[in-house]
Amino acid sequence: MNLVLRETVLAFRRAPLLSALSITTIAFSLFVFGLFGLVTVNIQRQIGTVAERVEVVGYLRRGVPSETITVAMSDIQAFPEVQSVTLVTEAQALARARRELPEFQDIFQDLEANPLPASLDLRLKPEFRDARHASLVADRLRGFDFVDDVRFGSDWVAKLDHLRNIAGAVGVVVGAAFALVAIIIIGTTIRMAVLHRSSEIAIMRLVGATDGFIRRPFLLEGLVKGLLGGAFALGLCYGAYGLVNTYLLHADFFTTGQALAGIGIGGLIGLVGSLVSIGRHLRSV
Amino acid sequence: MIKFNHVTKEYPKGAALIDVSFHVPKGEFCFLTGHSGAGKTTALKLIYLADQPTSGDVRVSGFSSTRIAPREIPRLRRRLGIVFQDFRLLEDRTAEENVAFALEVTGARRSSIGPRVMRALTQVGLAGKAHQYPRELSGGEQQRVAIARALVNDPVVLLADEPTGNLDERATRGIFQLLRDINAAGTAVLMATHDLDLVKSMDAHLIELQHGSVAYDSAEDAGAAEPEAP
Repeated sequence: MNLVLRETVLAFRRAPLLSALSITTIAFSLFVFGLFGLVTVNIQRQIGTVAERVEVVGYLRRGVPSETITVAMSDIQAFPEVQSVTLVTEAQALARARRELPEFQDIFQDLEANPLPASLDLRLKPEFRDARHASLVADRLRGFDFVDDVRFGSDWVAKLDHLRNIAGAVGVVVGAAFALVAIIIIGTTIRMAVLHRSSEIAIMRLVGATDGFIRRPFLLEGLVKGLLGGAFALGLCYGAYGLVNTYLLHADFFTTGQALAGIGIGGLIGLVGSLVSIGRHLRSV
Repeated sequence: MIKFNHVTKEYPKGAALIDVSFHVPKGEFCFLTGHSGAGKTTALKLIYLADQPTSGDVRVSGFSSTRIAPREIPRLRRRLGIVFQDFRLLEDRTAEENVAFALEVTGARRSSIGPRVMRALTQVGLAGKAHQYPRELSGGEQQRVAIARALVNDPVVLLADEPTGNLDERATRGIFQLLRDINAAGTAVLMATHDLDLVKSMDAHLIELQHGSVAYDSAEDAGAAEPEAP
């Protein structure tokens, strides 16, 4: 292992320009991929924010005993899709309407009795905030005798689903294309490094080195270049994010986990690129 | 120790060797001669299995080209020392590092590498230039480093492909004498050359190739000349 480490360090020392070029190429390939990742992350977060508004509201018949509602609420809370259930009394509903609909103040003033029913407002867990699950919960809620009507803005939730699907599909297709381009560029860069050392590889073979022995320093070199390129790309992404935040709009950056995964992807591409390049070279000579 | 048994090697452009048979016993000095393109380099490549024969069998120190598994080829090469006309040294390593490289790739113990490298460099007369890079050495000295690298693993045979082809007369004589000394110490030497002056200067086993076939083999000749036992 010492020899593998030493050969890897020597490879960087002997061809510093080529190594720097490889790392820079890897970094810029991953930077483009990372920028796309940032856009995707921000779109997903915005969709997530909008999805937080997905609520299933069950309007209650008048005169239902509060004990019945309390028991039902604990049953509803146990639905796997439900994050929280809140009772909004008739009085609270009116207060909310007054607060949220100031243009109807005159009508509210003239009311002799409160026309608004009490309701149970159900918030869904993040993974269930889509039309199918909202509809399932709504059907289950309708099963309670004291529930008069159930609303969850089915059209709006369906549109949100559609938007989410489009964003997901574009993310996968464009992301895969960017990743493929990055892999091809990085693979070519590593292939150049392998060709640069082809005479060394030929001599290693002549003196009886096994293919596994020849491969190891190249794999470590590819891994290190990929990790360094990934870290460099992350720095570039952070710079771009800073510029966007300062001059254009407020955006979010990667979480620590996503940032580390990005560097890890760099390392993995470097490792696999080296494995493929050195493997092809060893088979061809 | 090296035995070619009806070996033919064909490439897409034509046959390089045609039905070649010869035997180089242990500890022998053998010349492989012939014009350029006669098949000398191909024959050497088949010995260190950089290529496989199209038909026939090459046996080297217990390994057979027809039966050897790919993973065993490095083991075969560790028993051979190989020297080329163009030296094939790593330009960015010193003489000492070039020689040590041959031991490192075989997984030799670190503590044993230094002494063995110095012994090989001393044997070729370059102990004083161990820390010099190939570009700082003359052609003859570079070839000595290459020979030291070939010797450091204590090979059973040293294969030399036109080792003096790039050298002046004085360096040629020096390298040739070195190869003779190595042979005298017990290592077989198979030297491919088209330098007839060198061939004539030594009474050694001589195999001449012409257009890929054995045109003359002094061992066969000697065998044929020997009177039959009564």
